Amino acid sequence: MSAPALETCGLHKSFGALTVANAVEFRLERGARHALIGPNGAGKTTFVNLVTGALRPGAGQIRLEGADITHLPQAARVKRGLVRTFQISALFRRLSVLENVTLAVCERKGRSGELLRPAGRHGAVIEEAFALLERLGLADEALSPVSTLAYGRQRLVEIAIALGLSPKVLLLDEPAAGVPAHESGTIIDVIEGLPPEIALLIIEHDMDLVFRLARQITVLVQGSVLVEGPPEAIAADARVRQVYLGERVSV
Amino acid sequence: MPGPGAVGVFARRHRYHPLEAVPWLVAVAGYFAFPSYLPLGAQILATILFALSADLVLGYAGIVTLGQAAFFGAGAYTAGLLAAHGWGEPISGLLSGAAAAALIGLLSGLVILRTTGLTLLMLTLVVASMLYEAVNKASWLTGGDDGLQGMQVWPIFGWFRFDLFGRTAYCYCLIMLCLCWFATRRLVHSPFGRSLVGIRENILRMHAIGAPVARRRLVVYTISAALAGASGALIAQTTGFVGLTFLGLDRSGTVLIMLIIGGVGRLYGAFIGVPLYMIAQDRFSTIDPVYWYFWIGLLMVLLVVFARGGVLGLAERLQSRLGPRR
Repeated sequence: MSAPALETCGLHKSFGALTVANAVEFRLERGARHALIGPNGAGKTTFVNLVTGALRPGAGQIRLEGADITHLPQAARVKRGLVRTFQISALFRRLSVLENVTLAVCERKGRSGELLRPAGRHGAVIEEAFALLERLGLADEALSPVSTLAYGRQRLVEIAIALGLSPKVLLLDEPAAGVPAHESGTIIDVIEGLPPEIALLIIEHDMDLVFRLARQITVLVQGSVLVEGPPEAIAADARVRQVYLGERVSV
Repeated sequence: MPGPGAVGVFARRHRYHPLEAVPWLVAVAGYFAFPSYLPLGAQILATILFALSADLVLGYAGIVTLGQAAFFGAGAYTAGLLAAHGWGEPISGLLSGAAAAALIGLLSGLVILRTTGLTLLMLTLVVASMLYEAVNKASWLTGGDDGLQGMQVWPIFGWFRFDLFGRTAYCYCLIMLCLCWFATRRLVHSPFGRSLVGIRENILRMHAIGAPVARRRLVVYTISAALAGASGALIAQTTGFVGLTFLGLDRSGTVLIMLIIGGVGRLYGAFIGVPLYMIAQDRFSTIDPVYWYFWIGLLMVLLVVFARGGVLGLAERLQSRLGPRR
C-alpha cells in the first residue's frame, strides 16, 4: 500500500556527449537511512539536482510518495516535503543564524508573501525556529551572523534550514564536507538524532560517517547504479573495492 | 508578548528607534531655518524618495539597476501631461504618475527579471533608453527635446497654492515622502521584506527553501517603480517642468551614487546621501562654477576609499569599535 518515499525510474541526463545519469533506478524507503556513495564525478550531486528539480532530466520519472513530480518546479517539490542541503554551504551569510532558519520556517508556513505585519510579530514562526536551534545546540549563536561561525557550525545551520522546512525526504549532500574530524562528531550526532519518520539520503565521501549512519548503501559509478545493499555487503563487494581502490591506484 | 533572550531581541527588531526621528526633525527644522532654500529643500525631499525606491530594489532585493530613471520619468511625464491638459489636481496626478510607473515596471519586469546580474543591468538600461527615445519621438505630445510646456498645477485640496518661495512644495514633498517611507519601512520589516533580503543574500538557497523567487522579485520591482514614479511626479509638479533629462542615464546613475554615499540596504542611506550630494552640488557650483563636478568626484573617491558602505557603514563601524551597545 505505501509507495516508497522517493523513487526514480530510468532517470537520464546528459550534457552533450557526457552522460551523468544513466537509467538510474533508485528507491528510498520511508524512514530510510540510505547512503549514496561513489568516486568523484560519479554523478551524485547531479542526481540530487535532478531529484530536487534544479536540473531537468532528459528522460525518466521521479516519484515522491507515489506521486509523479518529474515536471514540478523546485518550489512545489519543497512544499511537498522534498528538501536538500548543499555540499558547498548555501547560507544567508550576513544574516543571523536565527534569521536563516526563520526564513525557512516562514516560507513553509506560507507566510513569506505577507507585506503588512512585521516579521517580528510572527511569534510562532520565530519560536519554532529557535526551538530548532536549541535542538541542534545552536541557541547560543542565534543572533550571530552566520559568517562569523566556525565552519562546522555553519554545516549545522545548513541542516537547520532544511529541518525548518519539515522534510519528509531529506537529501544531505556531503553534510560533513570540509569539516575537521573533531567537529564532524557533532554533525553525525545531529543526523543520528533526526526523527525516524524522515527518509534520509546521505551523499558522502567520508566512509566512517556512511558506515555509522547508513542501513542501506547505493554505489553510483559514472552515472549508473553499480550495486546496492546493506553496509556489510557493500564493504565486502569486490566491484566496489575495485572502483574505489582500483581507480586510486590506476589513475 | 515577545519573550526575553534571543527570541525577544529578534522579535523587537521592527520597533522604532529614537534615532529614526532625526531625519524628520531636521526636515521640519530646515523649513524654519532656511526659508530661502525651500525650493531646493523640496527637490531634496522628492529625490530622497527616488533614492529610497532604488534602495528597495538594489539594497534589499539585490537587483542592480541602471534604469530607475525610466520610472521616475514615467511618473513625471504622467503627472506633467495631466497638468498640461487640464487636470492639475496634484494628489490624483501623483497617484496616476505612480500607477503609470508601476505598470511600466510590471510589464518590463515580466520580461527582464528572467535574467540576473550583468545581463539584467544591461536590460534595465535598455528599458530606460527605449522610453527615452519614445518620449523624444512623440514630441507632439511631450514637447520632445524642449520639454513639456504649460503645466498648470492646482492648489492642493483646492486651498494650498504652490507659492514662489516653495513653502507648499516643501510641505507637500515632506508629507508624501513621510507616507512612502512609512510604507517602505513596513515592507522591509515584513516577512516579504525579509525574504527579499534572503534573495539578495543567496538566491540559490531561496529556491531550495521553496520560495517563489521570480514572483517576489517582480512584486518588489513594481513597488519600487511606483515609488520612483511618485518621486518624478513630485518634482514635475513642484517645479512645473518635465524634460528629457528626467529619463536620462545620468539620472539613474546619480541616484545610485547618492544612495551609495549614504549607504545601501539600510533604508536611511537615501536620507543621508541625497542631502549630502545635493547640498554639496549646490555649494560647489556656487563657489566654483567651472570645476564643481571635480569636487563632487573627489568627495566620491574619498567616500569609496575611506567609508565603504557609505556614511551609515562608517557609522556602524565606529559604533562597533566604541563597544557593543548591549
